[in-house]
Amino acid sequence: MSAAEPYVSIRGMSFSRGDRLIYDAMDVDFPRGKVTAIMGPSGTGKTTLLRLIGGQLLPDSGSVKVDGHNIPQLSRKALFDFRRKNMGMLFQTGALFTDLNVFDNVAFPLRVHTDLPESMIRDLVLMKLEAVGLRGAQQLNPAELSGGMARRVALARAIAMDPEIIMYDEPFTGLDPISMGMIVKLIRGLNEALGLTSLLVSHDIEESCNIADYLCVVSGGKVIGFGSPQELLNEGNDEVKQFLRGDPDGPVPFHYPAPDYQAELLSGGGQ
Amino acid sequence: MTMFDRYLAFGRRGVEAIQSLGRATLLLFHSSAWGGPGSAGFSDLIKQIHSVGVRSLSIILVAGFFVGMVLGLQGYTILSDFGSEAALGTMVSLTLLRELGPVMTALLFAGRAGSALTAEIGLMKATEQLSAMEMMGVDPLKRVITPRLWAGLIAMPVLALLFSTVGIWGGAFVAVDMLGIDEGAYWGNMQASVDFYEDVVKGIIKSVVFGLVVTWIAVFQGYDSIPTSEGIGKATTQTVVISSLAVLGLDFVLTAVMLGGV
Repeated sequence: MSAAEPYVSIRGMSFSRGDRLIYDAMDVDFPRGKVTAIMGPSGTGKTTLLRLIGGQLLPDSGSVKVDGHNIPQLSRKALFDFRRKNMGMLFQTGALFTDLNVFDNVAFPLRVHTDLPESMIRDLVLMKLEAVGLRGAQQLNPAELSGGMARRVALARAIAMDPEIIMYDEPFTGLDPISMGMIVKLIRGLNEALGLTSLLVSHDIEESCNIADYLCVVSGGKVIGFGSPQELLNEGNDEVKQFLRGDPDGPVPFHYPAPDYQAELLSGGGQ
Repeated sequence: MTMFDRYLAFGRRGVEAIQSLGRATLLLFHSSAWGGPGSAGFSDLIKQIHSVGVRSLSIILVAGFFVGMVLGLQGYTILSDFGSEAALGTMVSLTLLRELGPVMTALLFAGRAGSALTAEIGLMKATEQLSAMEMMGVDPLKRVITPRLWAGLIAMPVLALLFSTVGIWGGAFVAVDMLGIDEGAYWGNMQASVDFYEDVVKGIIKSVVFGLVVTWIAVFQGYDSIPTSEGIGKATTQTVVISSLAVLGLDFVLTAVMLGGV
C-alpha cells in the first residue's frame, strides 16, 4: 500500500438510526499519516463516523475501507484481529477499566494479546506511561485521576499495541487549559513520532485548526468541506465558513423554522 | 389516546419483547463457550465465582438457618396434632432439598448477585469500557459475560446445597434443642426417607437451571441497558423482577416434569 493512498476510504456510505438518515451516500478519504479533524454541528453523527470506521456500527450500504480492508464485510473474528493490530481509540471519558489501576490498564491489551514475559510488559508499560508523563501515577486507581490524567492514561493504553490509526473522540472536552495543552502536544507528538494516521472529532475550532493537517466538516449527512484549515477558512462554502467562524446566523439560520413573526403576534393565539 | 393508538402501542410492545428475547438468545449463543478474541481465563472465572458466590454466602446462610427454624416450628405444630412429630426431620429436609433450597436461593441470588451483575455491566457500558475493549480487539462477550455466566451456573447449586444444609440444622436446632423431639428420630427418619437421586440430585438440577436463567437475565439486562443512570436503574429492577418470576414459573414446570417422570 503506497503512502499516497488514503488510510481510510469511504464510498457511498449511508447510515440511518431508526427513521433518521445520518449519512447519505457519503464519500470521504482520510490521508495516511496525517491528523484530520472531523468537525460539524452537534448531532451530525461525528462520533458515529468513528464507530463506523471502527466497525462498531455497520452502514446500511456503501463501503468503509481501512488500509484496504472493507470493514463491514469482515467476519467477527477478522474484525477483532484487525482492530487489535491496527486500531486505537481514545474515548471521551477515557473509558479506563475501573477495577484495574493505571499500570494494569495500560498492560491490559499487552497481557491479553501477547505472550510477553511480565518483565517485558513492565518495561513497555513504563515506556508508554513515560510518553504521556504519568509514570509516577502507575499505582493510582482510575477514580483518583483527574479528567486530563485519565485521558492521558487512556492514550497510553490506546498506543500500547502500536496501532496504525488512532481515533480521538472529543479529546478536548471538559479539560482545563493546561491539560488541554498536554493532550494537544501528545496528539501532535505521537502522530509525528509514530507516523500514525489520526482522526479526531472535536468542537474546538481553534485547537483543531492548530493541530490538524486537514479539516473535514460534516453536516446534513454529507462532507461539506475538506481541506487544510487555511483553505477552508478562505475558500470554503458559506456554511463551512459560518461554522469555522462561529457566526450565529448564516446558511444555518439562528431561528428555528416558524411562521411569520408579526402575523403570529397579531393573531393573538387564536382566541 | 384513541383505541387504535392503544392497539398499536400494545403491538409494538409485543414486538419489542420478542426482539429483546432474540437479542438475549444471541448473547447466550455468543457468550456460552470459552475462547475467542481476548477470551477470559481460569483466573477470571475464579474471581467471578468469588464475586457472585462467596459474597452471597452470608445472606444465603443466615436466610437458610431462619427458614429451617421456621419450618421446624410450623412443622412441629402441624405434625404434633397427629402425633407424628418424629417425621419432622423428613418434612424439613424434603421441603428444603426439593423446593425451598433451590427456589429461595435463586430469589436471594437474584436480589444480591443478579442486581449487582446488571449494575456492574451497565456501568461498564455507560462508561464506554465495553466499547474500549471492542476497539482493543477484545470481545466483551467473551471477556466480561462468559466468566460471569459460568460463575453463576457453578455458584448457584453450591449455594442451594449450603442453604438446605444450614436449613436442616436450623430445623434440628428448633426441633431437638428447643422443642425436645428425639434427636435419633429427627436424623434417623430423615436418613431413611431422603433419596439421593429423587431428592438431592433433582434439587441440584433445579438450581443449575435457576443459576443459568438468573445469571443470563442479569448479564443481558446489563449488556442491553440504556447507558444512562436512569437506564441502569431500570435494568437493575428488571433483573430482579424478571428473574424472580422466571424462577417461580420454571420451578412449577420443572417440578411437574420431575414428578411426572416418577
